[in-house]
Amino acid sequence: MAVIISPAAFDPYQALQDHQHAHLAQLGSVGAAAIFIGTMRDFNDGATVKGMTLDYYPGMTEKQLGLCVQQAQQQWAIIDSLIVHRVGDILPLDPIVLVAVWSAHRGDAFDACRFIMETLKSTAPFWKRERLASDELRWVEHNSKGYGAV
Amino acid sequence: MSLVVRYFASLQDLVGRPEDELAYTAPLTVREVWLRANPSLSIPPNTLAAVNMDYVGFDGSVNDGDEVAFFPPVTGG
Repeated sequence: MAVIISPAAFDPYQALQDHQHAHLAQLGSVGAAAIFIGTMRDFNDGATVKGMTLDYYPGMTEKQLGLCVQQAQQQWAIIDSLIVHRVGDILPLDPIVLVAVWSAHRGDAFDACRFIMETLKSTAPFWKRERLASDELRWVEHNSKGYGAV
Repeated sequence: MSLVVRYFASLQDLVGRPEDELAYTAPLTVREVWLRANPSLSIPPNTLAAVNMDYVGFDGSVNDGDEVAFFPPVTGG
């Protein structure tokens, strides 16, 4: 179970490959992988967005992401998981988040991946500050309410 | 006794500083920590609080050496 906060741009497909190679290459029990990749849009709330800065709370963010995974493990049979989340300055099309879950069966992988992603969005202390086309800076003020509330 | 009080994102902009060191003598709740640190500023709606990096309610108590954090709703992912 790995959690990575990345201040630099990352390639989610490379991150998956690296993780699989390091941790899963010899695991014959894996029958399913569910993967979510979130990227930055160039629009939000009716405005064109040129870029954003993602702020976070070092220490608490990692702790809350770990809790997301623990809660998922209590509900589904997860063999392994990987979370990578960007912080810092981000441009449209940049990957922001990767959540991957490996399990024996697809149901556990799909459900746990969705749960981790939605719980991350409602509990992990990250904050987006958008730079609009006008160069105005604006904090994003709300997010989704969590798994089951979407 | 003392605490570290940290502010993040738009709350850091609002209070105008990233953190405070707060000395105190009598037991405090999380709400009282905010009021001590920001006597002229009411707690903005939807503010979240954490003590030692765990979410807490505003009526929870704090202990000597705790790190108390205040921040707006989270918007990651």
